[in-house]
Amino acid sequence: MTMTFYDVMRRQGITRRSYLKFCSLTAASLGLGPAFAPTIAHALETKPRTPVLWLHGLECTCCTEAFIRSAHPLAKDVILSMISLDYDDTIMAAAGHQAEAALEQTMKEYKGQYILAVEGNPPLGEDGMFCMPGGKPFLEKLKHVAKDAKAIIAWGSCASWGCVQAAKPNPTTAVPINKVITDKPIIKVPGCPPIPEVMTAVVTYVATFDRLPELDRQGRPKMFYSQRIHDKCYRRPHFDAGQFVEKWDDQGAKEGYCLYKMGCKGPTTYNACSTTRWNEGTSFPIGSGHGCIGCSEDGFWDKGSFYDRLTTIREFGIEANADKVGLAAAGVVGAGLVAHAAVTAIRRAADRNKTEADSSNRVEH
Amino acid sequence: MAVIETQGFKLDNSGRRIVVDPITRIEGHLRIEVNLDDKNVIRNAVSTGTMWRGLEVILKGRDPRDAWAFVERICGVCTGVHALASVRTVEDALKIKIPDNANIIRNLMHATLYAQDHLVHFYHLHALDWVDVVSALGADPKKTSELAQSISSWPKSSPGYFRDLQSRLKKFVESGQLGPFRNGYWGHPAYKLPPEANLMAVAHYLEALDFQKEIVKIQTIFGGKNPHPNWRVGGVPCSINLDAAGAVGAINMERLNMVSRIIDDTIAFIDNVYVPDLLAIASFYKDWGAIGGGISSKNLMSYGEFPDIANDESNKSLLMPRGAIINGNLKEILPVDLKDPAQIQEFVGHSWYKYADETKGLHPFDGVTEANFVLGKGTKGTKTAIESIDESAKYSWVKSPRWRGHAMEVGPLARYVIGYASGNAEFKEPVDMVLKKLDVPLPALFSTLGRTAARGLECSWAAHKMRYFFDKLMANLKAGNFATANVDSWEPSTWPAQAQGAGFCEAPRGSLGHWIRIKDTKIDNYQCVVPTTWNAGPRDAQNQIGAYEAALMNTVMAKPDEPLEILRTIHSFDPCLACASHVISPQGEEITRVTIR
Repeated sequence: MTMTFYDVMRRQGITRRSYLKFCSLTAASLGLGPAFAPTIAHALETKPRTPVLWLHGLECTCCTEAFIRSAHPLAKDVILSMISLDYDDTIMAAAGHQAEAALEQTMKEYKGQYILAVEGNPPLGEDGMFCMPGGKPFLEKLKHVAKDAKAIIAWGSCASWGCVQAAKPNPTTAVPINKVITDKPIIKVPGCPPIPEVMTAVVTYVATFDRLPELDRQGRPKMFYSQRIHDKCYRRPHFDAGQFVEKWDDQGAKEGYCLYKMGCKGPTTYNACSTTRWNEGTSFPIGSGHGCIGCSEDGFWDKGSFYDRLTTIREFGIEANADKVGLAAAGVVGAGLVAHAAVTAIRRAADRNKTEADSSNRVEH
Repeated sequence: MAVIETQGFKLDNSGRRIVVDPITRIEGHLRIEVNLDDKNVIRNAVSTGTMWRGLEVILKGRDPRDAWAFVERICGVCTGVHALASVRTVEDALKIKIPDNANIIRNLMHATLYAQDHLVHFYHLHALDWVDVVSALGADPKKTSELAQSISSWPKSSPGYFRDLQSRLKKFVESGQLGPFRNGYWGHPAYKLPPEANLMAVAHYLEALDFQKEIVKIQTIFGGKNPHPNWRVGGVPCSINLDAAGAVGAINMERLNMVSRIIDDTIAFIDNVYVPDLLAIASFYKDWGAIGGGISSKNLMSYGEFPDIANDESNKSLLMPRGAIINGNLKEILPVDLKDPAQIQEFVGHSWYKYADETKGLHPFDGVTEANFVLGKGTKGTKTAIESIDESAKYSWVKSPRWRGHAMEVGPLARYVIGYASGNAEFKEPVDMVLKKLDVPLPALFSTLGRTAARGLECSWAAHKMRYFFDKLMANLKAGNFATANVDSWEPSTWPAQAQGAGFCEAPRGSLGHWIRIKDTKIDNYQCVVPTTWNAGPRDAQNQIGAYEAALMNTVMAKPDEPLEILRTIHSFDPCLACASHVISPQGEEITRVTIR
């Protein structure tokens, strides 16, 4: 069941020849001569699996549930062959002292080598005792394990942004982990929960290439979070044509029209749902008739009702190309297009503000 | 302390104290402390919920139509149950009737969760309490194959299959990186399975992990994703389109065929893998039919579930009956009413909340949940490093709900006993079959083993009900009924200035209730009383213990430092602590403000 990196690559259909080529390229990209390729090949063939310590703060465990839904790779193969999941309270056999010992042992044996994965977040209120595994504040445990981690993954919207317990008025003063860990690289994988295959892709990317994926300004992997749901939505042509669902289960709903008027947040939500889709590509929220609620966005709980239209402001904005196409297709319909352009403009402005606010490291409350 | 007598138990905390924190393989954070006498028998048990999130105050002032999405995030394991309870609550308050198709699709989605959630609980959260992974290394693959084929026609059962699996397992163990199996209780004297049964169970642990993700695709088809699919007040979000243009954007024949195929596969897996494994494993642990009963032989409750008639929650409609059993009287099923202020009440005498009068309980419509984190004088350690807790004072983030003053057990066992006592053949016959196969008497039901067995039977029941609901949906479609939404009261402008309602749900873990007050189209008060609150709650003002604490009493521990027996009984309830401890003051007082950096 234990496989080295090489075994995993072979299993994924990569030939020995391609594998050695990969090693040469790696040697070259690291600035080493071709003579080092065999060394790298040997290292990868015998490299132990990267230990992952998965902690749970204030959360609902939807991230773990999402993780085990991954189809490629299967969660089973990730856990047994690609990483070494040495601590995760949701699935580990040991409890109590034996569980805590597994955590401490791994931290010691793999100091600076392990990945910390965090599901949920720490509450700061009541000296942190709103979440007190082991009789101590979760915040303490989080900082303790973060200290010697190589890198940190923030699973889901709780660890990335705060999510539902941090929605106004945030009674426990729950904060995203980057507010309390400031000296380590953090990969944010937001979503409530994130897409299963996005989660395993991030883990296997790090384990395979031994580096962090390219991140955007907010710390999200660009490969999954650089485009809006709306950009690649299969219902987008109906938006551009001004064809909208006006009421639940009306003819437009039956024909798969755009859900913008039903409050869909796809135009302002950065995630891969409309491309990667959910549960092995089975569907995604818009595909099953409900608007996107924007669950991978910072503070999505506090941006008005999920059924409120994004905006009614009527003015032209940017993204001329997309709008021109739409305008040509439906000159008479106008309203939707105008709104769309406005959404884009407003979103950009909002992002600018958010980035500025983030850089000042503000804490809610 | 003096010995406390309650509900037929004698609580004595004078002996050696054992602390297990975290309890792993559950949802959320739970701590268990017990006292052992000199024969290592548990004489006092203390259940402490160690997390609190405060969702209800977050809901205050929001659009009631949004509530399902907030409360759905109470729990991602039993995903959707709070959403279902919430849309029912809002519909009750606003008197919205949902179309038959919406009712059927909700039932189908809910039964889907039952099947997946119970399956994952058995194999991934509970099995390692009974199955010794390391022992599987010593199994004879040929004998394992014979065992597997003697209990089931499941095709993956050849000697070669088990040999391959065993050799992978060997390599895994030899690597020294044991991952989630690290520091397990392997070799513990309480493990009783022969190596072959262990190897078979490990094989199915992995198969079930692969398969569970298939089941939930039904929720994805109707709700767009899983975990956390979409629900909607007044119906379901998806539309049905069999014939017209754009059918690919709705529930069409291809989607329905996919649902049907998944249902077939689900029934096959549960009936040919889960149930036979459960019976095979149980046959080695019959002694657990007399351990861990707690209050299950006395007080049980179910709100009922799966309304067969849309908008009708009477027992005429509910396929899983509603009712309560008190003092072990199986001859009488008492009616349960979520709106009667004398029935469901929550107490906080031993919970970290404050009431004006803590000797009294409050009905959820009038619920108050003001945090009050204080520790008793007998606490060992400090306020932020608790070594052992003082249960004579407040000691949990979970409240103590009571039904007519009684501590109640909820969950699959409660539902099966109530179904059995009602004389419903769907529940009675499988229970009698299990009792006969294991050759144990009826009282063996009221135990750790009984809880685990009831869950397995219920998983099969739910899988077959998925087929029933699907066929019902198809019959409606044949008859030309395609409606999935009632939008008459969708617009808040149509609502009364004030409204209140209650919504029920039997979640996989037990009885779940939500209560709402709506004022001027916004949420004025929202309260949830959830399954794990019933089971995991601390003592009440009368020192009555809850279901977890009672179930641990008088259990013998073989090796107190390796608390396998505690895990067995606590896991038999399938704890969900994020559910249990999310409540907060409807007034929304500020709790504490901390600034960092």
